[in-house]
Amino acid sequence: MSGVPLYFYLALAAVLFGIGTIGALTRRNGITIFLSIELMLNSVNLTLVTYSRLLAQRAHDLGVALTGQVIVFFVLAVAAAEAAVGLALFIAVYRNRRTVDMNRINLMRW
Amino acid sequence: MIELITFIFFAALALGSGIVVVAHKNPVYSVMSLVLTLFSTAVLFVLLGAPFLAALLVLVYAGAILVLFLFVLMLLNVAAPSTTEERAGVQRVVAVCAGLVFAGLLAVLAWQDPLTRMVRPLSEEYVAIKPLAHLLFSTYLLPFEIVGLLLLAAVVAATVLARKPAPKPREGEQ
Repeated sequence: MSGVPLYFYLALAAVLFGIGTIGALTRRNGITIFLSIELMLNSVNLTLVTYSRLLAQRAHDLGVALTGQVIVFFVLAVAAAEAAVGLALFIAVYRNRRTVDMNRINLMRW
Repeated sequence: MIELITFIFFAALALGSGIVVVAHKNPVYSVMSLVLTLFSTAVLFVLLGAPFLAALLVLVYAGAILVLFLFVLMLLNVAAPSTTEERAGVQRVVAVCAGLVFAGLLAVLAWQDPLTRMVRPLSEEYVAIKPLAHLLFSTYLLPFEIVGLLLLAAVVAATVLARKPAPKPREGEQ
């Protein structure tokens, strides 16, 4: 019985993070940039769970191994807060500027 | 063997829908693809022995956050493709190169770590929810409460930000 090697998961998370980075840097629609950032957060969660699994088969203390999962729990909660505030900001910006295009929202650009 | 097949299938699904998330012109399709990515990630969480987090991911992310995204998209009606999307030619090339190099470096780093090669069967208490709950409510009790406070603050902030501004009183009426 041999499961999936853990570096498969890490490589997948790295590629997903790269895709999210490319999206956040190239897109101009504010909502899509936001979605790319959510994708990056998600890939980091995958990495954390993978390393938690790695620790579970090495550490004797279960609390040490499960810390990674606790962090993922907190990341989920903070992502929920971030999404709520961010989308409210987009609504406020859209109300004033009638667009969420990042090239047109340049009032604070130096 | 069945584990490997499941992993490959859902990893490919996550990658494909992840590409659609960043590449599709219509944000509504991006949100739907992100739901697919999150479901695939939830399956991978189950494979890794974190069923509680998998359920949480589907409930909180796919169930709540992305519905919020869809709701805002409908509200703003920005589904039409953005017009300045075409301009950033050089920036796009540089960003794609940077992202690929970054992902490649991370993947190589993970690949070379000898610790990640061995996989032992999971212990029963690792998969159970009880130790996780115990950890969350003893060692991490204070962060847990702070996160609750953060959510409350976020709700208040979102309500204040998204509220329609009160109509300004006219000059002569004061």
